[in-house]
Parts: sequence; structure tokens; C-alpha cells
Amino acid sequence: MRHEGEDGLVVDAEIRRGSFSLAVSLAAAPGQVLGVLGPNGAGKSTLLSAAAGLTPVSAGRIMLAGQVMDDADAGTFVEASGRPVGFVFQNYRLFPHLTVAENVAFSPRARGLGRRAARSAASHWIDRLRLTDLADRKPDQLSGGQAQRVALARALAGQPTLLLLDEPLSALDAGTRLDVQAELKRHLADFTGPCLLVTHDPLEALVLADQLIVLEDGRIVQEGTPAHIARRPATDYVAKLVGLNLYAGHADGSQVALTGGGAFVIPDQGQHGEVLVAVRPSALVVSNQRPQPSSARNTWPAKIAGLTLLADRVRLDLDGQPPALADVTPAAVAELSLDAGSQVWLTVKATELEVYNHDHIRPEGSPSCSWRRVCG
Amino acid sequence: MVTRTAPSHLTARERARRTARGGASRSVPAPLLAPALIAAAFLVLPLAGLLIRAPWGHLVAALSGSDATQALVLSLWTATVTTGVSLVIGVPLAWVLARSSFPGQRLLRALVTLPLVLPPVVGGVALLLAFSRVGFVGRYLDDWFGLTIPFTPLAVVMAETFVAMPFLIITVEGALRSADRGFEEAAATLGATRMTVFRRVTVPLVAPSLGAGAVLCWARALGEFGATITFAGSFPGQTETMPIAVYYALENDPNAAIALSLVLLLVSVVVLVSLRDRWLRGGSIL
Repeated sequence: MRHEGEDGLVVDAEIRRGSFSLAVSLAAAPGQVLGVLGPNGAGKSTLLSAAAGLTPVSAGRIMLAGQVMDDADAGTFVEASGRPVGFVFQNYRLFPHLTVAENVAFSPRARGLGRRAARSAASHWIDRLRLTDLADRKPDQLSGGQAQRVALARALAGQPTLLLLDEPLSALDAGTRLDVQAELKRHLADFTGPCLLVTHDPLEALVLADQLIVLEDGRIVQEGTPAHIARRPATDYVAKLVGLNLYAGHADGSQVALTGGGAFVIPDQGQHGEVLVAVRPSALVVSNQRPQPSSARNTWPAKIAGLTLLADRVRLDLDGQPPALADVTPAAVAELSLDAGSQVWLTVKATELEVYNHDHIRPEGSPSCSWRRVCG
Repeated sequence: MVTRTAPSHLTARERARRTARGGASRSVPAPLLAPALIAAAFLVLPLAGLLIRAPWGHLVAALSGSDATQALVLSLWTATVTTGVSLVIGVPLAWVLARSSFPGQRLLRALVTLPLVLPPVVGGVALLLAFSRVGFVGRYLDDWFGLTIPFTPLAVVMAETFVAMPFLIITVEGALRSADRGFEEAAATLGATRMTVFRRVTVPLVAPSLGAGAVLCWARALGEFGATITFAGSFPGQTETMPIAVYYALENDPNAAIALSLVLLLVSVVVLVSLRDRWLRGGSIL
């Protein structure tokens, strides 16, 4: 049976390991980079492991290009060595006893080419990833960025249908990260198959992925385009990652009563029921006296719990109804004598509030749940 | 009341060392010093005696006057064949013990390492019981193939393998257990079958331990005495290895015994030095 996920990767499975359970239903189309964002322990690596064939699923199945890779009910399983998959591991796992050229030639050779044919297959990728000058080096003589390129070349040299990337940039220092990221984006654009990219770094996910899923505790909590997720986070974890204040509450026309206490006045768009409200920290105005009545509709008192210096601004951690993060300039901190314990007033315009429905986790056009045990 | 230690003298050199590296005094407490010196003397003095008593003037004569060359050649080739055999059959067993799981695996591991602690002469007796002409295996080898093992060079190799192969097995098994499995996973995702992974990734990664284990195995085989003399006897040119030659020479020709011992000592030192430089640097052999 061909799945509605046609020629890409379709995962509709559960993996149980002890008390942990990962249950996901996702599809990545050919040419698409599907980012998997989530905290440590969310099950991201387990997902990659299952797609690669290093971990069998406990229930459900995995299809690639219309072929069954793993089907727990039918008992079908394609071993890792038999899957057309390229895996770029977190710490690259380059074979330390082989040169760069031998590392890249490993897959063609393992898949049956002779020594010379494998070398020439590898040399294409060595040229393509600008590794020609490094071909005779051993992995321990490479910089982080170079090792990353070798790992990518090695994965691509096996001509995989599916590319898996596990935290591809996390082993790099901040200086080389941006360059490598830009280059990786170009290579991912050239790759014609589906690509699953796992990361806990929101920037990496926003820049590299076409589509994102957010994984928490083994469950998909949100999916959509990076822009959508950055603007309308569904959980505190995502809100924190993208640097937004997020509140759950009950909307009733122009009022939202927040679940954790406090209320907001919002532009009346006839919204009723459970909603989420997202606010940028820079949209909050901080004053040390009760502000004069103005067009800003939301004003409430708060106490400063902490201050953190970011690159060019100071982030205030504020206790109040509701609590909030607010960004101000260092000059404002000095002029208003802001310090931990100071009482302040917060103001935000109703139009700065992004109000959306709670159930917007799965936007239209995304694959729907096809497997009832996962989606219940 | 707090006792205070009187200031002591700190030499400029010791002062510089402590400043550079940190750390407290390195001086040895007196109760440890005497036993340590006795232990060192006990290990070093006999070897020194060997060097002092050596008939340096007519060393060549002493060696050629006995069956030394024959014994040395026999010892070298049997130890080398033993090491080769151990690599061919011992490394796969090490892999099985380290990587697979089956009922009785722990028992098998215990049995495999038993020869490490078993008195070699017991090993020789066991080999005799199994492979002699009336042994429970040897009987059939004799009946069917006309093959008699005891008191042949083959028996020497078997006795040495029985005693020495476990050294290789436990060294390699330890390395396989502690090896990073991530590389093998990576190789699998690159399309390598289990056998290709073993050949192209696992073995090269444990190569240092493989080398160390092989050298240990070779050295143990070279020095083998008890199992060999029990199972293979001591026929000059056939089964009389160096250690056995030394033992018999001591009765008739002490000078030859010393000369032969010196040769074994030299070989051991060469092995130790090669191990130190290549494999033992700052690490463990196991």
C-alpha cells in the first residue's frame, strides 16, 4: 500500500524504551528539510535512530520513497546497512583510522564498488565540499568546520535517498558556526531527497528548515513553517526558544483572562474560548511610576526578580500578574535605577499582543494523523 | 593542642618543581621506604646475578656447545605459530564474548580465562587426557587419521596456545567492550554489513590492543614450560623449547644454562621495550 506521503519519508510510529515513549506522525517530502526542534531527552535522536534503522519501532511503521523500512505489525525491518540513508552524526563519528578520502569512499566501497570506483565516486564529493586539500588528512587533523564537511560528504557519497542530520552545528565554536551554517544550507538545497534535521538550537532550525516540528517528551507539540512557529509558539518551551512571553487564557471578545492570573485587553476580533497570547519582550514599556492613562490599554505592576545583560540590552525578569520578560536599554536601567526588587509598572499596547487559538498546532496542509494509536 | 611541624628545608629544585606543577611533598614516608627497597632488590638482584655470573668470555661457545640453537629456533617458531593461531581463532572468540549474548556466556568467559590462573602443568595433564592416543579426542584422531599429537612440535604449539591465547582474548575483549560503538553504527548507516564493520572499523579501532595482546601472547608462549613438558615432552629438536633446554642444561652445563637464560632475557627485554613504546604508553594493556 502506498502511503499518502508518496515518495518522501513517512513516519507513523511509536518507540518505547523503558518508561520513555516517542510517538510521532510526520512526513517529509523530497527536497524538503524537516527540522525537529526539542529539548534534550525529547526523543529527537531516537527518531533519527529509528529512521536510520539503528532502532526498530515498537509499533507503527516507517516508509521511505514508497518502500516499507520498518513495520512492527507486519514484522518487516530493513537493517541500517540496507537503507538508502545518509546520517551526519552529532560528533560526526569520522573513522579515526582512515583518511578523509577513505572516510568519504567508505560508503561506496561498503555498498559494493571496487577500490578504484569507490575512490572516484568519493572524489566527486570531496571536490564538491572543498576537501581536495584535506583528502590525505586524518580526522584528528581537521578543524570542526572541516570535519563537518567531511561528515556531510561521507553521508552524501552513499547516494542516500534520505539525509539525517543530528545537531549538525553543535560541535562547532561560535566563530565558524555561521559560515558552516550558510554552506550547509546550500548543500541541503542541492539535496533532492527528504532531509530530517534534529536540533535544540532554534536559530539553526529557523535558518535551515523549510518545515518544523517541535518535540517535547516524545510527542509533537507543534508543527508548521519556521515563521509560523516563531510568531505563534504553542508551548512555553518554544516561546522561550524564540524569546517571546507566552500566556494561556480564556478570550471573551476584547478581554483575555489569563490562566495564571491577570488579564489583557486585546483588539476585539470576536475571539472566544481558549487562546494563547504572545508578546515580544521589547514591546513592553517599563516605568517606575504608575503611567498616565494613555492609548496603551494594558498596565500592571510588577517586581523585578532579575536582570540579565544581553548583547545590547538588558532583559528584566518580572514577577507580577502576569509575570513577564521585558527588554530595556542599559541607559534606561541606569536612569530609572532599576534593580532586583524594584517595583515597576508595565505597559503594553493591545495591538502588540499576538492572540491565537490553542489548537493551531497542526496547520492546514500538513499530514493528518493516519494512525489512531499515535493520535488517539 | 595543635602540633606544629617545624619548618623544613626545601631545595631549590624541589621548590621549582612544586611551584611549576603544584602538589604537596613527594618524599616517601619511612614505613613505606624499607619494604619498597626490599621488593625492588628482590626483583632486580637475581637478574643482576645472571648478568654477573654470565660466562661473557665464552658465551658463543657455551651456546653452540648445547642444543641451544635448535631450542631457540623451535621456541621462536612455535611461539609465532601460537600467536598466529590465537589471532585467527582467539579474536573471533573475543568478539563473541564481548558483543553477542547467549545462554552460558558468563560461564564460557570464565572457562576461557581459566588457563590464566591454572597451573600450566595441569593444562598439560588436561591436554594429555584429551589428545593422547587413548584420550577422548586423540583416540579418534589416531584411529581415523593416524594422527598422534603428544610429543610432537604440534603438541608444543597446542600447549602454548592453551596457556597463551587467553592473554590475547581478554586483552582484545576488554578493548572491544570499551570501544566506541558509535563508529560501528556510523559504518552500518554507510551500508557496511556486520562483517564489513568488523573488518574495516572494529578491528582497526582495537588494533593497539590487538598488538599488545599478540605480544603478550607471544611472550607467554615463548616462556611456556609446564604444559609443554607435560604434553609434549622434551625431545631435542622436536619439543625441547628454550625454557626446557635451560632447565636441563642447569644440571649438566650451568654455563650453557646461564647463556640460554641470557638469550631469553634479551628477547623479553626487547618485547617489553617494544610494548612500552608502542602500546603501553600511559595506558593499560587490558
